Amino acid sequence: MPVEAAETVTSADIAAYALRLGDDALFLGQRLCEWVTRAPTIEEDLAMANIALDLLGQARTLLGYAGELDGTGRSEDDLAYTRTERQFRNCLLVETPNGDFALTIARQLAFAHYSRLLYTALAESADAVLAGLAAKASKEVAYHCLHAAQWTVRLGAGTEESHRRMQEGVDRIWPYVPELFDSDELVRRLDRDGTGVDPARLRAHWDESVTAVLSEAELTVPAPRWRAGGGREGLHTEAFAPMVAELQSVHRQYPGASW
Amino acid sequence: MSTGTRSTANEVRRLVEALPDPELPVISLGDLGVIRHVAPADDGVMEVTITPTYTGCPAMETIQGAIRAVLSECGHPDGRVRQVLSPAWTTDWISADGRRKLADNRIAPPGPAGVPLPVRIGLGVPCPNCGSAATRPQSPFGATRCQSILVCTACHETFAHMRAT
Repeated sequence: MPVEAAETVTSADIAAYALRLGDDALFLGQRLCEWVTRAPTIEEDLAMANIALDLLGQARTLLGYAGELDGTGRSEDDLAYTRTERQFRNCLLVETPNGDFALTIARQLAFAHYSRLLYTALAESADAVLAGLAAKASKEVAYHCLHAAQWTVRLGAGTEESHRRMQEGVDRIWPYVPELFDSDELVRRLDRDGTGVDPARLRAHWDESVTAVLSEAELTVPAPRWRAGGGREGLHTEAFAPMVAELQSVHRQYPGASW
Repeated sequence: MSTGTRSTANEVRRLVEALPDPELPVISLGDLGVIRHVAPADDGVMEVTITPTYTGCPAMETIQGAIRAVLSECGHPDGRVRQVLSPAWTTDWISADGRRKLADNRIAPPGPAGVPLPVRIGLGVPCPNCGSAATRPQSPFGATRCQSILVCTACHETFAHMRAT
């Protein structure tokens, strides 16, 4: 019989978990900000900025909590602006370059549905801070799902060209999806303890809701090819370093600047 | 300092609830439903507990600063503002008075939060200018995080709608 009673979840575990979720939100928010003034319409400039703002708000809470729990006393700003690339724990999906608008929408579709399921489950966490953040965030990301689904259908079931681009976006994004649902010792331990959520158990629901959108959009679910991984261990893609440099540029030139 | 110069929790509450929302100054923080509690904490320090409308709401820092100023004026220079996320804020907490003030300023107030999302972003919202129900979303995910922009096909005016959440 497994001796699960002997296992204890530490503050460091919860900090490491909050850091993963916080880094995901931080970098996806940063990517979406790149669309501002470049989106197809001004309404989309606003939508991207508003979605990015939600993600930034979630990142601030999660990173602040991680710094509080890991014993280092680092603030949300310390964690965002003074870590190096290998110290970030976000999945690779969120750092993929924006590509064309369809590719960004494919990434939004994948990530928003994942986070809605994640935060809905995490709202039941035994940890009051994670539960409070998740209850709030699950309402916010429901809007992100709606935004992504509307665009996926509009582009997928639109013209021949928009359909081709939307399918290409989905095809290019899909290899980054499995990493979202990867399980490891940390998330399994937190899940058994009722503090965190093992994302592996969200995959079936995700497939169901995303497939429904793709089918309405007359798009095909890509066949499995290669798959990305390594972000949770700090191994990132080539596109990540310039992104971190841009995120941290003001802090590097004017440490501690505020306005 | 004598306790006589320090306002009670109820007096502080009345003042902070009357502060205008920085983004929608026609309604107050009390109308918006973001002031959760005003009471002395365990250490005796006066504490105002607020809940953000959205985790990334850029108005929260302005709101916290305005509340701290009220605390100081009320004889609580050591007063604290505590932010809580749970229970999550909902547009259902906006008072009847707040809804009327929004409508008076041609911002269509939110419907109930429990309805499907497409309705919450503005389908079927009547025009606050002419009352026509023939309106359609123009910018469902902006201007700001909490509002959509709709256009009325009857009077051709655009108007803001506060989205239910």
